[in-house]
Amino acid sequence: MSAVLIYTILTAVIIAVVFAVVLYFASVKFKVVENPLIGEVEEVLPATNCGGCGYPGCRPFAEATTKADNLDNLYCTVGGNETMKQVASILGLEAVEKDRVISVLRCNGTEAMRPHTNEFDGASNCTVASSLYSGETGCSYGCVGLGECVDVCDFDALHMDPVTGLPVVNEDNCTACNACVVACPKDLFELRSIGKGKKNLRIYVACMNEEKGNVAKKACEAACIGCSKCVKVCPADAITVENSLAYIDYELCTSCRKCVYECPTDAILDINFPPRKAENPNKKPAKKPAAKKVVKAVEAPELDLTKMVKEEPKAKKEVSKDAPAFVKESVKKEELKAESSKLKGDEAKPKAKSQEPKANKEPKADKKGDDNLETSKE
Amino acid sequence: MKLTLSPSPHIHSGNSMTKVMWTVVIAMLPALLVSVYYFGLGAIKVTAVAVAASVFFEWAITKYLLQKDNTIMDGSAIITGMLLAFNLPSNLPISIIIIGALVAIGIGKMSFGGLGNNPFNPALVGRVFLLISFPVHMTSWPVPEVMNFAIDATTGATPLGVMGEGLRNGETVSQIMDKLPTLLDMATGAIGGSLGEVSAIALILGGLYMLWKKVITWHIPVSMLLSAAVLSGILNLVNPDIYAGPGFHLLTGGMLLGAIFMATDMVTSPMTPKGQIFFGVGIGLLTIIIRTWGAYPEGVSFAILLMNGWTPLINRYMKPKRFGK
Amino acid sequence: MSLKTFPKGGVHPEENKLSANAAIEIIEPQEKGLYAIPVSQHIGAPAKVVVKKNDVVKVGTLLAQSGGFVSANIHSSVSGKVKKIDVVTDSSGYKREAVIIQADGEDAWEESIVRSEELISEITASADEIKKKVSEFGIVGLGGATFPAHVKLAVPDGEKAEYLMINGVECEPYLTSDHRMMLEKGEEIMVGIRILMKALGVSKAMIGIENNKPDAIANMEKIASKYEGISVHPLKVQYPQGGEKQLIAALIGREVPSGKLPIHVGCVVQNVGTAFAVYEAIQKNKPMLERVVTLTGKSVANPGNYMVRMGTPIEQLVAKSGGLPEDTGKIISGGPMMGKAIASTEVPVTKGTSGVLIMKQDESKRGEMNPCIRCAKCVSVCPAGLEPFLLMTLGEKRLWERAEQEDTMDCIECGSCSFVCPSDRPLLDYIRLDKSKVIENRRKNSSK
Repeated sequence: MSAVLIYTILTAVIIAVVFAVVLYFASVKFKVVENPLIGEVEEVLPATNCGGCGYPGCRPFAEATTKADNLDNLYCTVGGNETMKQVASILGLEAVEKDRVISVLRCNGTEAMRPHTNEFDGASNCTVASSLYSGETGCSYGCVGLGECVDVCDFDALHMDPVTGLPVVNEDNCTACNACVVACPKDLFELRSIGKGKKNLRIYVACMNEEKGNVAKKACEAACIGCSKCVKVCPADAITVENSLAYIDYELCTSCRKCVYECPTDAILDINFPPRKAENPNKKPAKKPAAKKVVKAVEAPELDLTKMVKEEPKAKKEVSKDAPAFVKESVKKEELKAESSKLKGDEAKPKAKSQEPKANKEPKADKKGDDNLETSKE
Repeated sequence: MKLTLSPSPHIHSGNSMTKVMWTVVIAMLPALLVSVYYFGLGAIKVTAVAVAASVFFEWAITKYLLQKDNTIMDGSAIITGMLLAFNLPSNLPISIIIIGALVAIGIGKMSFGGLGNNPFNPALVGRVFLLISFPVHMTSWPVPEVMNFAIDATTGATPLGVMGEGLRNGETVSQIMDKLPTLLDMATGAIGGSLGEVSAIALILGGLYMLWKKVITWHIPVSMLLSAAVLSGILNLVNPDIYAGPGFHLLTGGMLLGAIFMATDMVTSPMTPKGQIFFGVGIGLLTIIIRTWGAYPEGVSFAILLMNGWTPLINRYMKPKRFGK
Repeated sequence: MSLKTFPKGGVHPEENKLSANAAIEIIEPQEKGLYAIPVSQHIGAPAKVVVKKNDVVKVGTLLAQSGGFVSANIHSSVSGKVKKIDVVTDSSGYKREAVIIQADGEDAWEESIVRSEELISEITASADEIKKKVSEFGIVGLGGATFPAHVKLAVPDGEKAEYLMINGVECEPYLTSDHRMMLEKGEEIMVGIRILMKALGVSKAMIGIENNKPDAIANMEKIASKYEGISVHPLKVQYPQGGEKQLIAALIGREVPSGKLPIHVGCVVQNVGTAFAVYEAIQKNKPMLERVVTLTGKSVANPGNYMVRMGTPIEQLVAKSGGLPEDTGKIISGGPMMGKAIASTEVPVTKGTSGVLIMKQDESKRGEMNPCIRCAKCVSVCPAGLEPFLLMTLGEKRLWERAEQEDTMDCIECGSCSFVCPSDRPLLDYIRLDKSKVIENRRKNSSK
């Protein structure tokens, strides 16, 4: 071996040893003293840093758990019960078990059910669109359809359905991190319990429209009109109606589906349930009214006509004052409704849509003026 | 009637990216014509290959690697191709041109995210890559012969090369200047060099056109040329034997091409007039420093790339003056 | 002679003052027409309704009481019966509470209002009486922002008013209502200006008018020469010359500090239309119940300027100008740079409706968005010295705190940035989003 080679190897070895010693002493002298439990807890967390727990990341959550006396207010929805059990065992605390919740979209204003009355041509962002206008349809409470929720979801649990124009929740991926709930400018998302079973069953009123029933229905076929029939049928008193809008409390709901059958606009959606029966099991003497209808059709067809005639002028009155006057697609609407009613099953019928922005959304515009006290130019 | 609802403003000035790109292409035409006049077939070949390769690579990368809609219609690939061609000698083999285009578009532009996201001027990235990888090919410059359509042209050194060589041999500046073409020749383009850099007049014409159309502002070209002139002027005063004067420096090499077309590239230059002046001064000074004391005779490409790296910092700290603060 | 202008930025869109030569036409209230008068026609808290269904009202009757300090009274602009108190879709696109009146065609006015057109130039009211009347009669800024005028006249302790600036600039393309007012009601406006000067206790008033209205400048100069302390200043035609802060900077070179009001530099700015309304309020006891609205557009048969009562559906204005053209793509309430697109012509005219612009379909759509090419045009035109390209990127990435640091709250929402962007980027949309999120965060933080 030549001298050069020996010297090279020797130099490399000496440098390596010197650095190893320096690094060892540095790691000892500059060691950060911290609770080793934090590191252990962090290991079992899902490391998604989504913020769903309320902390800005998994490590701050781990720190918070080590400082807390109990885990009552500390829960990682992404990891779920299994992860929290592990965290509890590491810390020697009692595990808190919570039912799994999934995000649901409380709007069923599809393209078919909620005709567009105008076109939005601004930035493709739901908050931008809804801060300036009530939307492209007559319902200003409903989904704007520009996909801000899809953008904020870290878990790929939301995607826009091109046919309906609404976002669809992927229940396998949804971790209930709350990002979509915060992001949606119309507050359409809600985290609802799916019970203890494995089927992820959920029932909810898919509408946020607080306008009077006839106004809501005019803008969207699947609106909740606040008729309260569901309230009367519910055996568990789980449903309340406020401001012409029904709400099902998932804690009390027994998933009997009586409300689903009762709703005249099919505003209540039942996800993952077996297909509905053809006839409403709530009403036993269902056959008699059907027979009467046949008789009526034969004996007094004029009655039916007057019903139809009465409905149209109402429509016009509402249009002229409240909703924009461009709803020309009634024919299309009816055709589409006939088609969609044939498709029964899990695919929910288009239901309630929201129309107006909630009261507390509007004054923001006014309060903005207050905060800035800026007058604009002309 | 379905009305359109959109947030204000509801009118637009009519500016569009396509218009900007076409203005730049038209501004480059005088220099292109001069290059064909002096370098003949070679100029046409290099330009055509560079443009075609750039467009092809952008199309291929967006379609197969990024799987997005293709963006070749915005014209930026054509401009990158032309600017790359302007930086190359007219006798460069086709394969090397294609490699240059691949590096310029693929690394210099698309790897950063496409149009608007690249921190470095793509044409210069391609050119510098070729200069370092193929130094011989990139520094053998054909001698300009009017309307020369022969395939094998004779080669010679550029004025900068001659100056650099001469100074190393111990000659004085004035001795070297006697050997070189006159300043007038340098202005019109009868000198050796890359395609686009030879004719000062053609380049200035292009620059004035872009200024008139408000595609560029005066800040970068003027600050770059002034600072280069001032530094080289001071050096020349200190020792006229070893430091060439401002006239020489401004008209040779890629100084004017860099000042008018390369440094003013919108994507890689600062956003405020203050920042642009700082940027231009930096390039001018660096160019003279590299030319005088550096290993390469030509410093513009490196100077511009170095200052491109400073641009985000300049944008961060040289913000426009806020109204009322 | 170089004209005064604001220090930086601005754009010059096509002026298109199609209705500049159309004299103001009065649109009378229709018999049996329905007039929906929203209770929130101003910045600040909505007014509270004080009438009930079936109440008989006259022109000038108080319908809703101001809901706070920064708020304004709402008066009836027609005589008739209150049909109901309901929600109507107004120019914001949302449904707002309104008092809906069935007009009886009599046009009966409240007795206290002086109906004659005679000019009353002697000002007998005291400063306090003026401020009280301005507040009582629901006077708000008619420049488009609808800021309650009495708030501007209430100079806070520690500040002193030195100048009254009168905004006759009308920098928005297409709009000509202020122009016609200055030509036809110049004397009344001048009395209004003197009333405002008395209320503020200032001796200097400066009227700024853009140089594309030479006849208005000449007329106002002629009338102002009779009075001391009032001067007329032609300004360069540059948008947004009429912005409050820009106007002050152009006229006296002072920049209102960020986050502060014009009174901080000793100025109060009012629109010429507001000055006219103040004249009518103080001298004729007339509340704010009508205004001049420009109806214009390249496809409109007869662009014109109309004096209409608040609550009139825009439909009536459209009909007067020749009807809604077939190829209409967009209807804008206000000017093309800052106005709001509306969804139907049933929207009522309110105090903030300075004009109605009909746009053809081929001019209604935006171009397709392209990536930012960092051309810095938006930076060069921003009158507030901001960096719109950066604020849009921060908005897309939801980095609201950083946007606040980059002074997004200083944006006056003039729209110059989106106007010049060669990549058709919706810069102003995202800047507005940033501002709303910053306000939301500030509210959340202050309540913690």
